[in-house]
Amino acid sequence: MSSAAHTSSETSQDLLLSLAGVTKRFGQLVANNAIDLTVHKGEIVALLGENGAGKTTLMNILFGHYVADEGTVTVAGRDGNLEQLEPGAPQAALDAGIGMVHQHFTLAENLTGLDNIVLGTEPIFRLRRDRSSARAKLAELMAGSGLNVDLDQPVHKLTVGEKQRVEILKALYRNARLLVLDEPTAVLTPQEADSLFAILRKLAATGLAVIIIAHKLAEVLAVSHRIAVLRGGAKVGEMKTSDANHKSIAELMVGREVPASRRTARTPGKPVITLADVTIDRGDSRRSLHGVNVTAREGEILGIAGVSGNGQAALAQLIAGLDKPDSGTVEIFGEKVTKFDAHTFAQNGIARIPEDRHHDGMVGSMTVAENIAIEDVRSAEYQKLGFLDFEAIRKRAEHAIADYDVRCPGPDAPARLLSGGNIQKLILARVLEKSPKLILANQPSRGLDVGAQSEVHRRLLEARQGGAAVILISEDLDELLTISDQIAVIHAGHITPAMPTDSIDRSELGLMMAGQKAAPHAPDAPPATTTTNPGETA
Amino acid sequence: MEIIDILLAASFWEAAIRIATPLIFGVLGALICERAGVLNLGIEGIFTAGAMAGWMAVWLGAGLWGGVLVAALAGGFFGLIHAILTVPLGLSQHVSGIGVTLLATSLSYFTYRTALPDVSSPPRIEPFRPLDIPFLSDLPFIGQALFSQTAMTMLALVLVFVTGWVLYRTPLGLAIRAVGDNPSSVEAQGLSVYGLRIGAVVVGSSLMALGGAFLTMSAFDAFFFGMINGRGWVCIALTVFASWRPGKALIGALLFGAFDAFQVRLQTEVGAFLPSQVFLMMPYILSIIALIVVARKADYPKALLVPWFKGQR
Repeated sequence: MSSAAHTSSETSQDLLLSLAGVTKRFGQLVANNAIDLTVHKGEIVALLGENGAGKTTLMNILFGHYVADEGTVTVAGRDGNLEQLEPGAPQAALDAGIGMVHQHFTLAENLTGLDNIVLGTEPIFRLRRDRSSARAKLAELMAGSGLNVDLDQPVHKLTVGEKQRVEILKALYRNARLLVLDEPTAVLTPQEADSLFAILRKLAATGLAVIIIAHKLAEVLAVSHRIAVLRGGAKVGEMKTSDANHKSIAELMVGREVPASRRTARTPGKPVITLADVTIDRGDSRRSLHGVNVTAREGEILGIAGVSGNGQAALAQLIAGLDKPDSGTVEIFGEKVTKFDAHTFAQNGIARIPEDRHHDGMVGSMTVAENIAIEDVRSAEYQKLGFLDFEAIRKRAEHAIADYDVRCPGPDAPARLLSGGNIQKLILARVLEKSPKLILANQPSRGLDVGAQSEVHRRLLEARQGGAAVILISEDLDELLTISDQIAVIHAGHITPAMPTDSIDRSELGLMMAGQKAAPHAPDAPPATTTTNPGETA
Repeated sequence: MEIIDILLAASFWEAAIRIATPLIFGVLGALICERAGVLNLGIEGIFTAGAMAGWMAVWLGAGLWGGVLVAALAGGFFGLIHAILTVPLGLSQHVSGIGVTLLATSLSYFTYRTALPDVSSPPRIEPFRPLDIPFLSDLPFIGQALFSQTAMTMLALVLVFVTGWVLYRTPLGLAIRAVGDNPSSVEAQGLSVYGLRIGAVVVGSSLMALGGAFLTMSAFDAFFFGMINGRGWVCIALTVFASWRPGKALIGALLFGAFDAFQVRLQTEVGAFLPSQVFLMMPYILSIIALIVVARKADYPKALLVPWFKGQR
């Protein structure tokens, strides 16, 4: 109990939730192995672990979506007595005051925030709905927590951050005493994340217990009181946040030392692709670009920072040759492009790591080997007398599997059996083995765990060292600041001039991503000026 | 001139409302199913089953309202089949719906033929009479157009209001709208996705069957092969036209009824030099045009056609 204490006054009276010896097996796989976890009132506990470590399974057991094979879940009743929670009953978890905010929101988009919150809280067969008392209770909750949101808007009109607030209000409206948040910051800008953390601390101060499932270390260190680390389904460590440091937790999560990615100095070469004053107008700001100037040079990683849905898709489509500009020019190696199609672009040495690796990066029903070859079936390497040379394809695949450590049953396994991290390694193998001149990496490490993420970064840096240009579209500031040489910010279809990474202030970058701050440089000013503003921190 | 005369006649509007009545039942039923996320293409067969079951019950001695109840139960039965196939089993809603239409139609014809093996024309029943409401039925114009309809037409109009109230003013309606939009939102709030969807499909199918029953028990007085004649499919189109709203569904059904009544009258006026098929096509062509104009902007229930399985996220 003392390890959990963050206040000196803590007693067993404050114990809210206790998981003891929870084990869950799926066939041969042990997803949770004898996990113990306690949470106290007013405490923020971070549950850390890589993908597949068992975090989500554990929370699904707590929330009644799964039934544990062994172990017990005990919750303190509102009267303070500990009671075992009925397994496999979401309603029992709700009644016990456990609220969950899933990573993918469970909101009905066409309904208003108010309707989503009230849904299921009234007896269902009633002639009228009582909205006014719901409104009154919510106004009180919003005032007390700072969770402000317009409850009469249909949810699809809200921003991601606002939707998350509706989710949290949903739990609080049901008098939740324990709030579980699954990867809450995955979809937020840094500013939104900071404000979420402020709200969570405020709520914790009023006695709400919070479990945050996460794999981003910096955030966990910022917000939690205590950290529990899962690896391979077992709890491998637990500590007070004040005793923890970045490196030790990362190693605990991964189970080995994580090599820190580091750029080495390199002089950029000539421009590979140049977009000059490019406009693509699709009516919708997510898919449009307005007068964009971007240059990617050999041996340089150009980061494009932005909250997703600000025109990244249009940019990625354009650079892959899948769309053409309404106005402006695109030059590849100084030559103006006239024919916009994916094949021409690929032949010019442009390779892409698509944003949605499952949907655009591979064909799930085809084998690993076929997926490796799929972008180059026209090349002589894979053909014999005009037919596909499956022997050669298999050989290439076997090399790729070994070189890139793709964990799969073999080259003939269907690609859909691979985990997200391994699919990304497969795509890296396909892309990098061609020695491309330009790599378009769109959110290459989103959703990957620390190990796979550092692998992606290492490979991209290696390609840069070998002289490739890299355009890295990302929402992850840590990633951008670690591996890019220059960073430009995309917001509402506008892209700022690129700024050298070393001159960039983290919090300003966040503000620019949110569109609240203009680029510090005039378009043709030399990029050497420093812009750090010490007075401004988030 | 003649066109204006047609439109101003009370008898024209009386016919329009009468023609619209089965469509009102059908489109309300389809709308309830689809609001919960389930497309019910069983509608054409459920219309047939309702028409057949209600009429036969009355012929066998049940009262007229007894017949209505039997029709609703028959519709609910076929709705349950569709619901079980598409909701917990998650099969294709298109395939299941067409299967239910074929099954319900064939079973209705089979029952009819088995019960009446030798007749060349079906026995007639005493159908619902036009209402004679004191004072209201005597009003000029509206008395004939609206208040001299049968009780089933009045029921249809009341159900428009009831459906609207339930969907927008009650917790149940909120849950139905939510389950058609994102079933996970309903599950996360502790309600049963399957229960809501199955319930909505069964109730919706019962309403569809009333549309069929209106034909044999109010508009006509007997059951004929092929008498549904695509009315169910029209309701599916009208649901989109109505943007899944009961009020607009009423307008859509009345519009279609008016087109239909209009073509019959126009035919007698100018039928000499245009083939009659052109007039028969008219309501359908006009509905297609109306659909193109309205449905392009339609806000589909987001989870329509998407099966949901427990434990999947």
